[in-house]
Amino acid sequence: MYVAVKGGERAIENAHRLLASARRGDTALPELSLEQISGQLTLAVDRVMTEGSLYDRELAALAIKQARGDLVEAIFLLRAFRATLPRFGMTEAIDTANMEIRRRISATFKDLPGGQVLGPTFDYTHRLLDPTLAEGEHSVEPASAAPVDGPMPRVTDLLASDDLIEQSPNADPADPVGDLTRDPLGFPADRDLRLQNLARGDEGFLLALGYSTQRGFGRTHPFAGEIRLGEVEIEIFAEEVGFAVPLGRLTVTECQMINQFKGSATEAPCFTRGYGLAFGHCERKAMAMALVDRALRARELGEEVKAPAQDEEFVLSHSDNVQATGFVEHLKLPHYVDFQSELGLVRRLRAEFQALRSGDTSLAREAAE
Amino acid sequence: MALVVEGETAELAGLLNAVGELPLHEDLRRAECGLVMVRGRIGGDGAPFNLGEATVARAAVRLASGEVGFGYVLGRDREKARLAALCDALLQSDRYRAAVERHVLDPIRARLAAERKHAADRTAATRVEFFTLVRGEDER
Repeated sequence: MYVAVKGGERAIENAHRLLASARRGDTALPELSLEQISGQLTLAVDRVMTEGSLYDRELAALAIKQARGDLVEAIFLLRAFRATLPRFGMTEAIDTANMEIRRRISATFKDLPGGQVLGPTFDYTHRLLDPTLAEGEHSVEPASAAPVDGPMPRVTDLLASDDLIEQSPNADPADPVGDLTRDPLGFPADRDLRLQNLARGDEGFLLALGYSTQRGFGRTHPFAGEIRLGEVEIEIFAEEVGFAVPLGRLTVTECQMINQFKGSATEAPCFTRGYGLAFGHCERKAMAMALVDRALRARELGEEVKAPAQDEEFVLSHSDNVQATGFVEHLKLPHYVDFQSELGLVRRLRAEFQALRSGDTSLAREAAE
Repeated sequence: MALVVEGETAELAGLLNAVGELPLHEDLRRAECGLVMVRGRIGGDGAPFNLGEATVARAAVRLASGEVGFGYVLGRDREKARLAALCDALLQSDRYRAAVERHVLDPIRARLAAERKHAADRTAATRVEFFTLVRGEDER
């Protein structure tokens, strides 16, 4: 238990001044601008937007700067800022089939309608440090080619047309969409709530859980059916206008995982699915999310729940790094009163123990009192 | 409006200047910042779920002649929301619609088309063809 303490104001104020100075670093060097962070540490910004659950590149860049590059601290800052703004409404659900594609790959089909484009990827790099980047001023003109016209349907839509893969669950218009920011999480949680939780969940936590399913703790035999990155249009139904109005475009990453099939006496075997979606370019996150989404469907698909990644209460209660860091890091705050009482208890127990060992019953009775 | 919301604030202001003398107008709702909850769909095409929020600025403008325009734009730029609302109102006015289409929408459309082509060309250069190799043991 944490009991409030007084004092330390001067020390705290001076610590924060020291923090500001440490953040700035050597003043002989130029200060980082938000444009530099947003434009050159793009994937850090994307992660902060995704887990901060707020799409705003400039604010995410500011949070990263203020947090000295500590992304969990930056995510915390973004969540806190979010709480200061009113909500105007909900967007229409984004249509990833109509994405302006910057990257689209499939590990299941080499020839798919619309083809595969690698886009800006770390894949197939040799992971060798590049000394030319250390020297600075490194600009490369990308190659160009004529685009192939035509739609790029989602791979899962292609398989679905043959009934080889399960259909996505349809919406029941009577069912409101669950929202973690309005109602506390309860169990069992429906898939809409689970996906919202995973979308803002910690990438490292979900990565480890997804990895655990691959290693056999709740195996789901996944294939990366498709990963796509690009821009989608956002629309909001504006009540005063009476129809959906466009707001602009957002960048998102989507992962469609295709998993082990199941069938029954009444249903023909077909592949099952896991889904991942994240703000910006967060590919590892979207893949891990899709693995964990599929693992968490164990109950729905009649699978035995025996691995951590299949346990929705375990996963959803521990995925949020703002909650997690709050509870872990609060241990740093003064717990003096709490600890004093524990200290007193241990002293008394030790006295009783010693008294019993020496066989002095009067001492033991005294200690017990 | 899909074109107007793609305009930069300075760009919209500059293009609106080219429309000429603008009618008198007032803020029906002062520009303000807030959030929208962005929704995705389970599996890309299924039931909706809440992905996360995005910042939005919005405004409403009324022309002296009565037309009301609404502006909703991603981000926190109130001036851009006001300019978008003004464009929306002007687009409803018979007197200004053609001028706004020519001086505001057409240049933004052209810029966007050029940017999209530039990005699409660069993406297209990363188009990949994978081959599966026939292994020796299949040849008998």
